[in-house]
Amino acid sequence: MREMQFGIFTVGDVTTDPTTGHTISEHDRIKAMVTIALKAEEVGLDVFATGEHHNPPFVPSSPTTMLGYIAARTERLILSTSTTLITTNDPVKIAEDYAMLQHLADGRVDLMMGRGNTGPVYPWFGQDIRQGIPLAIENYALLHDLWRKDVVDWQGKFRTPLQGFTSTPRPLDGVPPFVWHGSIRSPEIAEQAAYYGDGFFANNIFWPKEHYIRLIGLYRQRYAHYGHGTPEQAIVGLGGQVFMRRNSQDAVNEFRPYFDNAPVYGHGPSLEDFTEQTPLTVGSPQQVIDRTLTFRESFGDYQRQLFLMDHAGLPLKTVLEQLDLLGEEVVPVLRKEFANGRPESVPDAPTHESLRKVSA
Amino acid sequence: MRRLAVVSAGVTVPSSTRLLAERLAAAVGEQTSVSVEFVDLRDLATDIANNVVTGFPSPRLSAAIAAVTGADGLIAATPIFTASYSGLFKSFFDVVEQDALVGKPVLIAATGGTARHSLALEHALRPMFTYLRAVVVPTGVYAASEDWASGELGERIARASGELVELMAGRPAVAAPAQEQVIPFEQQLAALRPPPEG
Repeated sequence: MREMQFGIFTVGDVTTDPTTGHTISEHDRIKAMVTIALKAEEVGLDVFATGEHHNPPFVPSSPTTMLGYIAARTERLILSTSTTLITTNDPVKIAEDYAMLQHLADGRVDLMMGRGNTGPVYPWFGQDIRQGIPLAIENYALLHDLWRKDVVDWQGKFRTPLQGFTSTPRPLDGVPPFVWHGSIRSPEIAEQAAYYGDGFFANNIFWPKEHYIRLIGLYRQRYAHYGHGTPEQAIVGLGGQVFMRRNSQDAVNEFRPYFDNAPVYGHGPSLEDFTEQTPLTVGSPQQVIDRTLTFRESFGDYQRQLFLMDHAGLPLKTVLEQLDLLGEEVVPVLRKEFANGRPESVPDAPTHESLRKVSA
Repeated sequence: MRRLAVVSAGVTVPSSTRLLAERLAAAVGEQTSVSVEFVDLRDLATDIANNVVTGFPSPRLSAAIAAVTGADGLIAATPIFTASYSGLFKSFFDVVEQDALVGKPVLIAATGGTARHSLALEHALRPMFTYLRAVVVPTGVYAASEDWASGELGERIARASGELVELMAGRPAVAAPAQEQVIPFEQQLAALRPPPEG
């Protein structure tokens, strides 16, 4: 049995390769994302998650289209999001799209809800970023109902009311997709995840761990408060970011120009400072294993580990080599080591099968 | 013992801004028992720039921010560059959490080559701290080059520091940062429910 899920998450950025000056076309980037997803299954990873963005330089505006295509070409891979914008998408359309995807993928689907931090996207979709938290709360409450009640009467602040509405298709086997709530800083979202007994994904890759220790601690404590289990049984996911070569110094030399020019942190702190202060690990597969294993010490036994592997203009060939190392050398050891000493009471990551058994 | 934080954005070594900050801190120390922690932004320049870019402070910047937000009173001193506080000074306060200085007694001070820039205290520093909802003492202290030879600077230092001491004494000591506050989810949901009709 698999104790933990390991996978990759992608932002879908189109970034110029700083070492060649080459900028990938949108078409090639989209196809590369698909190739990366198929590779993830090939090397034995469990999860592929795509971001959702509605502004350049990002391509994945339509996650279910992409994930549906990947579903048709994979057998085992769980298809997920990182994140689905619960603020600016119509919750009715999320309910419909992801239930449809769930049927097509025979249940290999879950979602991670996020608010989105790009101010202008909100007004483009008729919303206001200052209402981000209330939108996340109201929209998700409706989505939750749409997947669990065959007929919904509903009225709220942000969306036109529903009377006698049935979201179709109904979730596969009557089991809604599992939901993670992603947040980098908001205790309100940790509280929301805890209230529903949903998963909480802390995308910890850009900030120091102390912040996430507080946030995950809060989620675990509130999960228990709402009667879903003990704090240790709460469903936690974490991000990670790695670049590997067999020889540690080769990894540093090759990754440095990508780091130095990367969106988000490029032209800021040094690679050395950033690897010390955040989970970014650049080095040998063994260094990645050692670093990732420390996450458990900080955050407790957890259920899902996703790595960011394909950003900042890294060429597809390099990313595929990274996935070989991740799938063949890193994850098998992580599976074994994380299973070691993991208490029986700590649940596995939820899947459609496990949720179907619980609901039966 | 009350804690006093002293932020200096002086860039030279030695620095007249640091010198002014030291005189102000010493004047406070003469009137009340305080522990003083100096935060020299010059030494944190790269850390501050990195925080602006990445959104998180390095460990040593984090310690400096904690010294400021955890203090019972603050002396904030900057050189006047291009008609305002220095960019480094502003950048430091840009990376301090927005509500972290609410209600904090602050003494503002500045240095410049000539007295012509003295009102920068009033049109730049004071509004910035007012925005942060800090409580700024009425007397700001500006030192132009020629003031270092004048007794009047000493009088202004005495007056301003006295105002800061009085303000600090009137407030309860700053408590340790509160635990993460959660609004129970039912309450968050209820706030969104439409009011009953009728």
